[in-house]
Amino acid sequence: MTEQFEPVIVGFLCNWCSYRAADLAGTARIHYAPNMRPIRVMCSGRVDPQFVLKALREGADGVMIAGCHPGECHYVNGNIKALRRFILLKSMLRQLGVEEGRVQLVWASASEGIILAEKVNKMTEEVRALGPLNWSEKVLGGNGHKIAESVPVAEEV
Amino acid sequence: MSSKPKLAMYWGAACGGCEISVLNIHEHILKVDEIFDVAFFPCIADFKVHHVESYPDGYIDVCLWNGAIRNSENEEMAHLLRKKSKVLVAYGSCAYEGCIPALSNLTSKEATFKTVYHDNPSLDNPEGIIPLTKVEVAEGVLTLPEFYHTVKSLDQVVDVDYYLPGCPPEPPQIWAVLQVVVAGLLEGAPLPPAGSIVGVTNKAVCEECERVKSEKCIERFYRPYQIVPDPEQCLLEQGLICMGLATNGGCGALCPKVGMGCRGCYGPLPGVEDQGAKMLSAVASVIAAGEPGMEEAELEKKIQAVVDTIADPVGTFYRFSMAHSMLRRAKVSGSNGKGEA
Repeated sequence: MTEQFEPVIVGFLCNWCSYRAADLAGTARIHYAPNMRPIRVMCSGRVDPQFVLKALREGADGVMIAGCHPGECHYVNGNIKALRRFILLKSMLRQLGVEEGRVQLVWASASEGIILAEKVNKMTEEVRALGPLNWSEKVLGGNGHKIAESVPVAEEV
Repeated sequence: MSSKPKLAMYWGAACGGCEISVLNIHEHILKVDEIFDVAFFPCIADFKVHHVESYPDGYIDVCLWNGAIRNSENEEMAHLLRKKSKVLVAYGSCAYEGCIPALSNLTSKEATFKTVYHDNPSLDNPEGIIPLTKVEVAEGVLTLPEFYHTVKSLDQVVDVDYYLPGCPPEPPQIWAVLQVVVAGLLEGAPLPPAGSIVGVTNKAVCEECERVKSEKCIERFYRPYQIVPDPEQCLLEQGLICMGLATNGGCGALCPKVGMGCRGCYGPLPGVEDQGAKMLSAVASVIAAGEPGMEEAELEKKIQAVVDTIADPVGTFYRFSMAHSMLRRAKVSGSNGKGEA
């Protein structure tokens, strides 16, 4: 029996657009991949690259950052800052051997529930194809590294 | 045997600069000699490992450990000195957070060996000999320590009492820390809480830097050989990567003072786990490209062009902190990060 790999994607959604989009997707009862775990942040510009790296280290297979479309930021240009960071982060992740596609930046406005759902579906499939990241075991394991905090894993029911 | 406190200094994967930095505290070194008995310090005195092994546990009052953990000998000695020392100090950037040796965490052990023992242009090794942990010769078996896949900081192997950052730590900071420790040992003055990073200001290097700082809007980055920087203006504003804003102070901003961007050797500021990520954040924020209202694809292209002028961002932003960074090492393609196929 082959069990399909279900990737864990940590999603940082901006309060003003993408989190509302996720809300809308919910109230509109749009079916989409349940793999993204949303975390609400005030702005995509609030996403410290440390958040992304920590998520990857502690068991996430992918990270999605979602914000307002450029030009529509509630704080004028927070999303452009996020884009600049993302572009630099992408080139750094390449050096660190993290496959392209594991960390994605998407734009979804408050009315684009369906677009957010599509992007989550698409990313889930892409990360599924890449397989588990499992950083602490696959990359650090066997090197005598102990990761201080162990992250509780939700039980499947 | 005199009752003076015992001092030890030992090296792991290091360049030897830390030992020199201790000697570089000038006339204070005489004071150090006056206060301490040297119990183990292979760089300056003839001690052997069996001497340390013969000491009772906790015999050494202060052990300054410099160097990262690169091989099994480093690790073994770290455990031994931890056992024999009351206070173990991670001295210098290698012991604190991996420093230059830990940049090899971006590749595999095999690739490192290939560069060092096969591809190095100054090398003559026609038989392709690489170090092995065990070799049988006519006279018996010769052994060498095992070379690890990943470089670790000292605290990833044993418990560390204090960290003294810097590559190497600056003489006034070294002396200040030694004074605190001496006061603690001789007069019973309170020591800083265990785990403290000592000899730092806990403010960014920028605070100590006298260059004129204004709004930062960078259209392209330069490597140090490409431009002659203005002597007054902030280096980052001139497009030179300067880690000052993501780096703990204490050095007196020596590098920016002479026109070289801060390398980041004093490590992250308090509350920051990953210095490189913070530097990424700061550098990306000052990129001038990208106005709201710009076409999305155009926007990305413009930003990408500026980002492409940063050479080796991981090596630059994590130059000293790779072992202590969030991810600690790179995933090496086609292997499990241990360099195995």
